[in-house]
Amino acid sequence: MMRSEQQYIDLFTAHHEALSAHSVPAMNALREQAFEDFCRMGFPTQKVERYKYTDVAEAFAPDYGVNVRGLAFPVNPYQAFRCDVPNLSTSLYFVVNDRFYDDETVKRPSLPEGVIIDSLSRVARERPQLVEPYYGRLARSSKDAINALNTMLAQDGLFIYVPRNLAVPRPIQVVNILRADVPLMANRRTLVVLEEGAQLQLLICDHAMDDHAFLTTQVVETFVGENAHLECYELEETHSQNHRFSNTYVDLSACSTATLGSITLGCGLTRNRTDVTLSGENGEARLIGAVIADGEQHADNNTLIDHRAPNCQSTELYKYVLDGSAVGAFAGRVLVREGAQKTTSQETNANLCATRTARMYTQPMLEIYADDVKCSHGSTVGQLNDAALFYMRQRGVPEDEARLLLKFAFVGEVIDSIHLPALRDRLHYLVEKRFRGELGRCAGCGDNMKCGGERQQ
Amino acid sequence: MLEIHDLHAGINGKEILKGIDLVVKEGEVHALMGHNGAGKSTLSNVIVGHPAYEVTQGSITWNGKDLLALKPEERAHEGIFLSFQQPVEIPGVSMVNFMRAALNAKRKYHGLEPLPAADFLKLMREKRKIVELDNKLANRSVNEGFSGGERKRNEIFQMAMLEPTLSILDETDSGLDVDALRVVAEGFNKLRTPQTSAIVITHYQRLLDYIRPDVVHVLIDGRIVKTAGPELAAEIEQRGFDWLKPEAGEDKTDHI
Ligand SMILES: Nc1ncnc2c1ncn2[C@@H]1O[C@H](COP(=O)(O)OP(=O)(O)OP(=O)(O)O)[C@@H](O)[C@H]1O
Ligand SMILES: [Mg+2]
Repeated sequence: MMRSEQQYIDLFTAHHEALSAHSVPAMNALREQAFEDFCRMGFPTQKVERYKYTDVAEAFAPDYGVNVRGLAFPVNPYQAFRCDVPNLSTSLYFVVNDRFYDDETVKRPSLPEGVIIDSLSRVARERPQLVEPYYGRLARSSKDAINALNTMLAQDGLFIYVPRNLAVPRPIQVVNILRADVPLMANRRTLVVLEEGAQLQLLICDHAMDDHAFLTTQVVETFVGENAHLECYELEETHSQNHRFSNTYVDLSACSTATLGSITLGCGLTRNRTDVTLSGENGEARLIGAVIADGEQHADNNTLIDHRAPNCQSTELYKYVLDGSAVGAFAGRVLVREGAQKTTSQETNANLCATRTARMYTQPMLEIYADDVKCSHGSTVGQLNDAALFYMRQRGVPEDEARLLLKFAFVGEVIDSIHLPALRDRLHYLVEKRFRGELGRCAGCGDNMKCGGERQQ
Repeated sequence: MLEIHDLHAGINGKEILKGIDLVVKEGEVHALMGHNGAGKSTLSNVIVGHPAYEVTQGSITWNGKDLLALKPEERAHEGIFLSFQQPVEIPGVSMVNFMRAALNAKRKYHGLEPLPAADFLKLMREKRKIVELDNKLANRSVNEGFSGGERKRNEIFQMAMLEPTLSILDETDSGLDVDALRVVAEGFNKLRTPQTSAIVITHYQRLLDYIRPDVVHVLIDGRIVKTAGPELAAEIEQRGFDWLKPEAGEDKTDHI
């Protein structure tokens, strides 16, 4: 039997030069090592603790095209523009497949002096000193096969930089668009650097414009400097043919805060790994997540919050609503290292299985090596409350509607904890549509409209 | 008009109602009394279609329609309302959204357009006044963190919103303090019309001093053993139920 790894090894061996030729030295510098790491490790089996709930090798087994020569995929960004969250008045950017998209049709929002939002490879070429100290530092290719594969194959992506003491006034919205005429593998890379005292609100929306099968690896490395504040929300609205492997690494310096939100409204197979390191005192990490899945969808969130410094706080709230034969997994490990005294940490995972065929795996883990800490964790898996359901029906609310209200209320707790009011309102709307089954592949684009339908060729 | 004929019903194979006959005509208020576990709440739940209860024999019609063939929500749309003995809390579902969904579903059932938002909020305000329900409660999630008495008041508020033609009050008086009982009972009376009828379940005369029943029934062990005028309630208050129990020997096995 052919190993799933082989085609990626062959691909790299055959196209190594083209991959490098269409990228930049800062990214090429890690390519060989990543390849060696990948060959050594291969894909993790489900015996590996952090990959217990997702069969990686199976997802990577099909043959996808990889755009090694960096060919441009024309899209109509104004089409994608409708994916905007209205009233949020964001500064909008696009990443198509795995490349920062800025042909002449795209307007460049104006940004405060010194803020950079641009193609990762362009910045790495023009100002390597901004990229080299960070690239690959958190997402080690030696530690994770997805990191290795992404580092081997990524050629571009997104770079965000906010200089010292500067608060970006408007939220930044990045629309990731998957667009292809054949099954495609995209390897996306993102680097976010907030210098000391910087502030940023970031919304990342994942869309698939075509019905083709997509396989994406995504690696996001985020550095939050001292006293800096980041809010980052990721919203996935793709389709059942999409396979997403996303690794997000966040490093929090002293007195900094980060809110990381992950909302999965539509997916095929989604696997999100989120590793947050509290490396300075008085840092605060807040993770929230919501998954709504049905059919054969599979959503696996795997988090690690690493308390390395004293006096830090972390909270985590993930909620899943599973219908049909969907599979959900949540594994959240909180590690409080020796010396990380006065840590407070709270982790909650609550899940609703609306059918008998839906399956949820939940595994909160607390590992504490300090003695003066306040930590709690808990998880629940339940069904809809029958008594509440009947109460509502007695008042005349039809059964389907009553179910919907209960599911909506359940997820509402996560949505309500989002700080951006316009995003919160929009998500309430999208979540309700999702439960009503009225969400198209890309409902952010407008009612009952499929993005692909009006695509310009 | 509600007509119950030879109703047998139970749960998990255990028979609780053992042949109920009851007719409630338009405009009438019937009081239903009986000791704990007699089957009063079971009867209420069967009338409104609780899926856990199984009807094994008999019939219920409502204005000539076979009620047992209707879903719970359809029974509600047909004008039947149950004020629950123990109203549940529904975290995350606001009273406003809940009432809007309930009211508009009923309107849709009767071929009416949804009520415009402004009219709906105005209606909420008006109906709140009838039972003096605090605005703070109306803005919370359904019954979430409500005290026992507040929940009961909230039941009658919802009754006011939905304007049922048959209301079943299952121990609505329990949990209400003296003043609240008066407010809620007076609110109930304001909602009465010659077309509405009610079944009032209670253990105490107190409520019936406000809501004057036309007929009083005593339910013992799944059967109505006595039906009389309002004076029966006063007599029960004095003497209890024992004198009403079926002749010794008749039903012994069922009592064990
Ligand atoms: N879900 C259930 N499972 C098992 N037994 C039940 C269930 N519901 C009711 N019963 C039983 O049926 C009988 C009648 O209960 P019901 O609640 O109708 O009494 P009630 O007359 O309303 O009493 P109370 O005055 O205490 O409210 C009781 O013996 C009760 O234990
Ligand atoms: Mg009862």
